[in-house]
Amino acid sequence: MSNATLKELSANLAAGACSSVELSHEFINKINNLNKSLGCFITVDAERTLVQARAADARRAAGSAGPLTGVPLAHKDIFCADGWLTTCGSRMLSNFVAPYDAHVVQRCNDAGMVTLGKTNMDEFAMGSSNETSYFGPVRNPWNLETVPGGSSGGSAAAVAARLAPAATGTDTGGSIRQPAALTGICGLKPTYGLVSRYGMIAFASSLDQAGPMARTAEDLGLLLNVMAGHDPRDSTSLERPAEDYNRDLARPVAGLRIGLPKEFFATGLTPDVQRAVEAAITEYKKLGATLVDISLPNMELSVPVYYVLAPAEASSNLSRFDGVRYGHRAAEYTDLMDMYKRSRAEGFGAEVKRRILIGTYVLSHGYYDAYYIHAQKLRRLIAQDFTKAFKQCDVIMGPTSPTTAFRLGEKSADPVQMYLSDIYTIAVNLAGLPGMSIPCGFDGSSLPVGLQIIGNYFDEARMLNVAHQYQLVTDWHQRTPPGVK
Amino acid sequence: MALTLDDVRRAAHLARIAVDDAEAAGALAQLTLVFGLIEQMQAVDVSDIAPMSHAQDLVQRLREDKVIEGNQRAQFQKIAPEVEGGLYLVPKVIE
Repeated sequence: MSNATLKELSANLAAGACSSVELSHEFINKINNLNKSLGCFITVDAERTLVQARAADARRAAGSAGPLTGVPLAHKDIFCADGWLTTCGSRMLSNFVAPYDAHVVQRCNDAGMVTLGKTNMDEFAMGSSNETSYFGPVRNPWNLETVPGGSSGGSAAAVAARLAPAATGTDTGGSIRQPAALTGICGLKPTYGLVSRYGMIAFASSLDQAGPMARTAEDLGLLLNVMAGHDPRDSTSLERPAEDYNRDLARPVAGLRIGLPKEFFATGLTPDVQRAVEAAITEYKKLGATLVDISLPNMELSVPVYYVLAPAEASSNLSRFDGVRYGHRAAEYTDLMDMYKRSRAEGFGAEVKRRILIGTYVLSHGYYDAYYIHAQKLRRLIAQDFTKAFKQCDVIMGPTSPTTAFRLGEKSADPVQMYLSDIYTIAVNLAGLPGMSIPCGFDGSSLPVGLQIIGNYFDEARMLNVAHQYQLVTDWHQRTPPGVK
Repeated sequence: MALTLDDVRRAAHLARIAVDDAEAAGALAQLTLVFGLIEQMQAVDVSDIAPMSHAQDLVQRLREDKVIEGNQRAQFQKIAPEVEGGLYLVPKVIE
């Protein structure tokens, strides 16, 4: 049963073929067997999981079950979950038991979904390989010597290894899409503002967005239906009527205009990734889609712009971690200033400190205009490129990541090499657009390749439709890593 | 413009992060690489462009002026490093 999709699990629960308690036991046993080698989960708590599972079974018996009642999932450890250790992958929060639920967690709980545990991640979501976690790296189930991507690496690897049928993730510069691509699963970053950020530990607030990670496009829609919705506690949460994101799955893609930005197929893209992505686009052509050559001329500036704006927002957001009200406090200090400085020096890892220093520097007196304001102006140019492009096409396609999964440690020495892993995903966050990644093939080393699909604002249902139609005629999304059943 | 050790130390102080000499030197080397990337931005003339701070043009909503959350001090202080009598304790600030 652990190889079933959300849709199949939902049907099995509804038909009485299994109970939520049975399902939960099956996943917990798998996690207990495999987590040591994969490192997907920071926290599992079987008793807590089973309390939810029993409640879900009782709710079903009482006739008030929803589509996902009793279905287990994993939450990225960036989401506060009442009573659960919530670390954000950091020593700073290694003792932080959340006193409340994030909106996303609350909505999943209200739907009757069952929390299997909290997944590993790059510290404070800053990373593209899951190697910056205080709790150790996550390994890619397709090859244990390679990274799963990041920052939602634990969620991605857990779904790929069938330790959870779906998981939540967050995406500030590619942190859902890139790990989804590197582990051969599906991931969707919704339009900014669709999913509440309440209780989601902030990295860069104008870019952070939560989304679903699962095995199929249809499953992404089922989970997004639960996760999305207005929340007055997040001032950027949009007030929009509820929608069924799977309503258009059956729509044919004949006539779909696919924009292919020339910048997505330029230098830096590895030949195996290019071949797989082009094959996927050929498949769409066979289904009747038309291809449109487009250009996003400012896209190559998205990485430098991002590494001004995201660290600037992070340096402000992470100033709250001071060792006073919660989190790590240094054991020894001379005065209050020394307590702040030592607690933060000990509590944060190298990458987080690096980004706080970048952000502090670009916001400091004398540099603010040259860096921060300059980057905000370029952000507008990057967003305008997309507005122009969507006059010519319905969706944009290209690679999610320039490479497949790289080896652990391969990019650790040079931060810039690591940052360039997100060259195709970052612009989408800067513009606030929805983007997703679906599996579309393998490289010569049998590592998965992801196809990125970018939609216009609020076009999630159309994107899921486009992805679903591809998954009806291909089976990349059904492949499992070696030894995984 | 080249970043200096003093720039790193000043940013670390502003960010309230203790750094020793070896850490500051290491940070300088890495930040120099990152600023090499960031400087690519300066090639574009943006004098006529308005800064974009956010993806959505939102105005801050106002809510009704009424109490919506009760006092949860005891619950929140359960996870505090040091508390006494309902207060968070820090080293003495005023002599």
